[in-house]
Amino acid sequence: MRTRRDFWILAAVVTALPLFFPNRYFYDVAILAGINAIVCVGLNLLIGYAGQISLGHAGFFGLGAYVSAILTSRYGWPPAAAMAAGAVGVGVLASVVGRPILRLKGHYLAMATLGMGIIISIVIATEDRLTGGPDGMSVVPFALSGITLSGERIWYWIIGAVLLAVVALAQNLIASPLGRALRAIHDSEVAAETVGIRVERVKLMVFVLSAVLAAVAGSMAAHYSGFVTPAKVGFFRSIEFVTMVVFGGMASIFGAVAGAVALTVLPQFLTLLKDYELLMFGALLMGTMIFMPRGLVPSLAAMLRRWRS
Amino acid sequence: MTLLAVRELTRNFGGLIAVDTVTFDVAPGTVHAVIGPNGAGKTTLFNLITGIYRPTRGQVHLGGEDLTGFSPSALAQRGLSRTFQNLQLFFNMSAIENVMVGAHLHCETRLIPSLLRLGGMGESERVRANDARRLMADVGLESYVGAEVSAMPYGALKRLEIARALASRPRILLLDEPAAGLNPAESREIGQLIRRIVGEGVTVVLVEHNMRLVMEVSDRVSVLDRGRLLAEGTTAEIRANSDVIRAYLGTRSAAGGGGTADA
Repeated sequence: MRTRRDFWILAAVVTALPLFFPNRYFYDVAILAGINAIVCVGLNLLIGYAGQISLGHAGFFGLGAYVSAILTSRYGWPPAAAMAAGAVGVGVLASVVGRPILRLKGHYLAMATLGMGIIISIVIATEDRLTGGPDGMSVVPFALSGITLSGERIWYWIIGAVLLAVVALAQNLIASPLGRALRAIHDSEVAAETVGIRVERVKLMVFVLSAVLAAVAGSMAAHYSGFVTPAKVGFFRSIEFVTMVVFGGMASIFGAVAGAVALTVLPQFLTLLKDYELLMFGALLMGTMIFMPRGLVPSLAAMLRRWRS
Repeated sequence: MTLLAVRELTRNFGGLIAVDTVTFDVAPGTVHAVIGPNGAGKTTLFNLITGIYRPTRGQVHLGGEDLTGFSPSALAQRGLSRTFQNLQLFFNMSAIENVMVGAHLHCETRLIPSLLRLGGMGESERVRANDARRLMADVGLESYVGAEVSAMPYGALKRLEIARALASRPRILLLDEPAAGLNPAESREIGQLIRRIVGEGVTVVLVEHNMRLVMEVSDRVSVLDRGRLLAEGTTAEIRANSDVIRAYLGTRSAAGGGGTADA
C-alpha cells in the first residue's frame, strides 16, 4: 500500500528530526509547523477533496484556543476537559453555521466563511472581560493527571503524535467509500446526489471535522505558547491556512503537511522580510495558482512519475 | 402492474409551462421511451422524476410509494438511478472509481468507521472493485478499467455512466439520450445493452432522439410535444399515429421506422 509507506516515511521524519535540532528555537518552529499541519490536513479534506472553500478556519482555531484559555485560567477546569469542551463546542457551532453556509457555492461560500471568521475574531477582541481583549490573555500549562506538560521537547512529541494520528485518520477516510464520496462531490454534486450520496450531509460532516481539528490545534497552540491574542486568530491567519493548503497541494494529505511546514519555516529564515510577510504570502499564492495550480506535492509527484517512465 | 406512476406532473418556469399535466405508467421489466421534438420537455420531465426539480403540481410514485419532492439521493436509495444527457461523470477519478462511487449506497459510509477503517473496509473495497470490474465488462468497458476518465472517448463515457448507474443496483434506470453523439454501430450496441439490462430485471425509461433505437428497444412510447403528452402506446401504435407524425414532420407523410427525427 502506497499510502501506508508514505505514512511511515512521515513518522520516520517526525522521529528523526530532533536529532538535527541544535537548539530550542528549532523545536519551537517545528511545533508551530506541526500545529499548522494539523489544521491544514483537516482543511484540505474540506477544500482539496470535497472542493468547498473556507476562509474562516482561523475562527475555529481561535475558539479552540480561547475556550481552553478561559475555562482553565478563569474557571479552573482541567486542561483536557477544556480542550474537549472547545472541540465539542466548535463542532456544534460548525454544524449550526455550516447548514445554511454550505448550500452556497464558490465565491458565495468564500464570502460567507470569511464573514464567519471575522465575526468570531471580533467577538474575541471585544469580549474583553472574558478574553482580555486585544491584549490577549495568558494560558496555564497543559497538565494531565497532575503532571504538567511544558517545554519544547515534550510538546514536540505531543504535536508530532497528534499530527501522525490525524494524518492516519485522514488517509483512512480518503481511502474509504466516504472519501470517494467527498471527491465525487468535488466533481459533480448533481451526479453525486443521483448515486445516493447525501451531498449536504457529507459536506457538513467534513466541515465539522475540519473545524474540530482546527479547534484542537488551537487549544494545543494556546497551552504550548501560554498566551493567546486575537491577532493570532484573525483573518490573516485564515488566509495563511488556505495558502498552506493550496501551496502544498490540494487533495493531497502530505501536500497539506508540506505546505504547512514550508510556510511556517520559510518566514523564520527570511526575517529580513518579516514586514513583508503578507506580501510574500500573496505573491506565493498567486505564483502557485499560475505556475503549479495543483500545488507542491502533487506537482513533484507527477514530475517524479514522468522522470521514472 | 405499475412500477413508476407519473401523475399529472407539471412544472412552470416563470410563465413557461415546460411540463404540463403529464401522466403515464411504466410497467416493471419494460422499456418505456419518452420522445418528442427538441424543447418538448423531455429532460425537464426526467429532472422532475429524478428529484432534481420539484414539480409545480402532480406526483411521482415508485412501487406504490409517493416520492414527489424527494431528493435525488433519497430516490436513489429507493432504487431509482439515472444517466445524464450532458455527461456528469467524476472527471478527476479513474473509470473504475466512477463505477465504485455508484455503489455508494451499499457501502459503509459512517464517519467513525471510515476514519478508523473498521468493519473489514479493505476486504469490502476489494469486493466492490471486483463488482465494478464485472459491471464494466458487462457494458463493454473491460479495457478501460484503470483509465482516467478525461482520456476516454465519448462513446465509452456514455457506457461508463450506465455502468455507474447500474452499480447502485436500481429497480428502475432512466437514460437521458444514451445514443446522442454515437455513430450507428455504437447506437446499435447501446440498444443491445438496454435490452440486456431489462433482461436482468431492471426497468428502463428512455429519452432518445434516435428513432431507430427507440423503435427497436421500447415496449411502450410516450410522445411529448410542447410540454404535453401527445400520444402513448406501443411502438406500432406510435408509428401509425397521425398526431405524432404531424408533430415531428409537420406534414402527413409517413413517419417510417428509420432515421433520426431531428438533431
